[in-house]
Amino acid sequence: MILLVDLCYRDGSLGFEEFVLPIARIIEGAGAGYRTVHYTRHPGEAARDCDGVILCGTPLMDNGFLGDLASFSWIAETGLPILGICAGMEVLALLAGGRVIPCLRIGMTEVRVTAPDPIFPEDRTFGAYELHENACSLPPGYLALAESDRCIQVFRDPEGPVYGVMFHPEVRNEWVVGRFLDAFCRKSLSGSP
Amino acid sequence: MKLGVLCSGGKDSIYSCGMAMEREEVACLITVHAKNEESYLFHTPNVGLVRLQAEAAELPLVETESAGRKEEELADLGRALDLAREKYRIEGVVTGAILSVYQASRIQRLCRERSLWCFNPLWHTDQEAYMQALIGQGYEVLVSGVFSEPFDASWLGKRIDAPALALLKQYAGKHRITLTGEGGEYETFVADAPFFRKRIEIVRAETGYLNFRGVYRITDARLVEK
Repeated sequence: MILLVDLCYRDGSLGFEEFVLPIARIIEGAGAGYRTVHYTRHPGEAARDCDGVILCGTPLMDNGFLGDLASFSWIAETGLPILGICAGMEVLALLAGGRVIPCLRIGMTEVRVTAPDPIFPEDRTFGAYELHENACSLPPGYLALAESDRCIQVFRDPEGPVYGVMFHPEVRNEWVVGRFLDAFCRKSLSGSP
Repeated sequence: MKLGVLCSGGKDSIYSCGMAMEREEVACLITVHAKNEESYLFHTPNVGLVRLQAEAAELPLVETESAGRKEEELADLGRALDLAREKYRIEGVVTGAILSVYQASRIQRLCRERSLWCFNPLWHTDQEAYMQALIGQGYEVLVSGVFSEPFDASWLGKRIDAPALALLKQYAGKHRITLTGEGGEYETFVADAPFFRKRIEIVRAETGYLNFRGVYRITDARLVEK
């Protein structure tokens, strides 16, 4: 079971269909189950019987989550694999002592893998869809795994499977979510022990 | 939040409008009439009938014209957004984009430049579930244009119902079209939606068809009680 956390400005907003459901479909397609919860509705409790967490993105202009970091304090204790997408990466950066810096990008960009990893194993470049008005500095001790000309596109915590991706993998890069599940949430995939 | 819905008259914008009405306040529909039938951004068949759809939904309509030239289209759409913000104080925009990064990123930029929110509630939707929802919820969706193989003339004006969806699924398997027509394989016009107070009755229409390209042009239509 994967927990999808909705970071949009309110529970049941129109952003849910655009930023949460496409990720849910990738998870379903991989044969795993999922549950969704808004970030203000105690995701830490909802995560208890889950194998992984995905913090989903938000529309441009929707930055309310940045002013409510207390709602994400559960992340430090969960111990679960986490993939933070766009807004989710910003939350992970702030929690780990990094910064969020203005960087408006809309559309396709080229992402270069700079440090091979289980999710990004090959040293290669790929096209990715960006939709963000902020980017992140690298939190102390974190590893930058991929970058574009403008910002860090992927980072991870070397201590555990906690990843942030700035681009939106639901657009043309579904494999990112697939590999995250495959590498760290195998219990959630059907047919797995 | 007050929203303006970019409306071409087709199923994706009308369905997105219905979704937006359930969550937020839809203050107006916004449409751009492209004079060029090959318009890059705007769906063109029967776009003049959006006026009737707005009346059916009892929503105000903001209309502007575009010559349909590639780079000017964005400025034309920008004018429409400015007008909608000025007249109806919209704070955000809703589009019916499903897969097109080209279309979605251009509209996202226009909105961001104006500090308007941008919502795409059908973005990467499950296309089959969406088509079934349209049928199940009573949307009267008619095919207003076909632009690819294997659509024949019988599709022009055809209602998208369960048998039509079954055929589309066959076509999607064999001819690699998208089920929703997102690749421009076909266009639609919505004559009725659950949130319309009246439905649109098509009084007269003309069809033209040649080599897998055809248009169903509605020349006379009126609102009738539901």
